Amino acid sequence: MDWFKKPNQGPKPQKKRETPHGLWLKCEQCDAILNRLELERNLGVCSNPKCRYHFKIGHKEYIQLLLDPDSFEECDATLVSGDPLQFREKQRYPEYLKQYQERTGLLEAAVSGTGRVGNRPVCLALLDGAFLAGSMGSVVGEKVARSIQRSIKTHWPLIIVSTSGGARMQEGILSLMQMAKTSLWLTRLAEARVPYISILTNPTMAGVMASFASLGDITIAEPGAMMGFAGPRVIQQALGTELPSGFQTSEFFLEHGFVDQVIPRYELRAALMKILGFFPERE
Amino acid sequence: MNGTVLDFEKPLVELERQIEDMRNFAVTENFEALTEEIRRLERKAERLRREIYSNLTRWQRVQIARHLQRPHTLDYIELMMSEFFELSGDRAFKDDKAVVAGLARLDGEPLMVIGHQKGRNTKENLMRNWGMANPDGYRKALRMMKLAEKFRMPVLSLIDTPGAYPGQGAEERGQAEAIARNIFEMGRLRVPIVVVIIGEGASGGALGIGVGDRILMMENAWYSVINPERCSTILWKEKDKAAARTPDCAEALQLIAPDLLRLGVIDRIIPEPVGGAHRDYQASANALKACVVEVFNELRDIPPQALIDARLEKFGQMGVFEEISDE
Ligand SMILES: [Zn+2]
Repeated sequence: MDWFKKPNQGPKPQKKRETPHGLWLKCEQCDAILNRLELERNLGVCSNPKCRYHFKIGHKEYIQLLLDPDSFEECDATLVSGDPLQFREKQRYPEYLKQYQERTGLLEAAVSGTGRVGNRPVCLALLDGAFLAGSMGSVVGEKVARSIQRSIKTHWPLIIVSTSGGARMQEGILSLMQMAKTSLWLTRLAEARVPYISILTNPTMAGVMASFASLGDITIAEPGAMMGFAGPRVIQQALGTELPSGFQTSEFFLEHGFVDQVIPRYELRAALMKILGFFPERE
Repeated sequence: MNGTVLDFEKPLVELERQIEDMRNFAVTENFEALTEEIRRLERKAERLRREIYSNLTRWQRVQIARHLQRPHTLDYIELMMSEFFELSGDRAFKDDKAVVAGLARLDGEPLMVIGHQKGRNTKENLMRNWGMANPDGYRKALRMMKLAEKFRMPVLSLIDTPGAYPGQGAEERGQAEAIARNIFEMGRLRVPIVVVIIGEGASGGALGIGVGDRILMMENAWYSVINPERCSTILWKEKDKAAARTPDCAEALQLIAPDLLRLGVIDRIIPEPVGGAHRDYQASANALKACVVEVFNELRDIPPQALIDARLEKFGQMGVFEEISDE
């Protein structure tokens, strides 16, 4: 089981990580020593009631915790990135991709398909931070676009679980255009009056946050997740002083009116079922 | 002009100054013999000009796009439009002066024009925030686009920004949401939208007013997902190395007009005077105007639904990927 891999460290060998392997690990927020198996049972949430830190988990774990058992059917699993710019600076892009593919067992940073939530069929797309920080290139854009198209065709509600560092630099302008591609397809979902629930997890930044992730009919965020347009370091440089604590967290964006509710991971499925109940099933 | 001469232009600017001096001398002293020498130097300058500007690297073009004297949105409006009535504010928070907008008349026809606005000195740039819009700027632009849609006016959007502003207030007021909302609404706006990247087109800050039926680009503009400096900083952790590799990152990012035409992101390149738009404002504005008028004429009679269907088709096909077969 690799529930608690740290996604943002680049393609380094797993052995170099500081987190001790074995049964115990330290909470990244409260330093409590946690039992790995218990943490898994808790869906990756720290058992310290005063902390409840949400560890990063992968798309498989979200599928497990959101959908009815064995209801997920993957679509478009065979999409892989091209190399439109022949990007060679520092590292050849195709090699970079290959490293991440080998390391994560994923072909790309998004997984999409259909499933059921409380027996209600839905279309689902999930980003996975283990693959190049969940960055959006042509494949992520295409998978999200096709998920929206499936929702339009089936009238099944769309659920997107986001986590992303932003657009995929190595695909240049074409990664920027994925923001337009996904958002323009969402205009058609709106026209078809099919609900779209956007779930924001840690972190959801930049190009993904400034496109489909911010365009949900209903937007839910996990506690303590980082989100926003610019990275905190860039803002701090421009500002010159310390940023207030809690800046750019889920709670911050709830306070400022950009998130509907902050909901702990272990209550997400129940919340989804409740929300979907307000939108009658359509043929 | 001294402070705004780009490094690679220096030999040319030096020569031009020499010719100018000689010409003044010849006139005041009535010195006919210099005429031949002036002609010789002018031919040399012309050769040098062609040599420099026909072999510009991507990084050099980025420098031209950022030239302090480069014409900005309000310059083009003044030179292209027979009338302009500026409109201000997002009706929610403030008037963001990094974005300008207003009713204008182009070739006799009314339209809505919006654009990023940079300043030309520190005082202007403090007011314009260096062309970096806050969410209020994007919402101001959206308000004008909705106004245009209501009265069936086409929209001209001029892009010239080093990026959306990375600030505390910008995040508090939802920079990401503002940009996403604009992209979404521009995707379904039922009037023609023509977008022109006139200078810098940096990332989401550019795309926030960058969805349209035709995307045009000035010859020396750049447009990418990230600027070369930031790209280099992300790839190369050491400061010196990052600075040294910035021109290579500009190459790697494929961010100039011919790149974007090849990648299918823009539809046309608008030629600039030799040396860049800052060398001749009127000629640049004339070229921009001719192209924009032509493109609006192409779009004029397309019914709104066909227009937004084609817009979805256009952006829907952007991206490069493969479907590998199951093993
Ligand atoms: Zn904890």
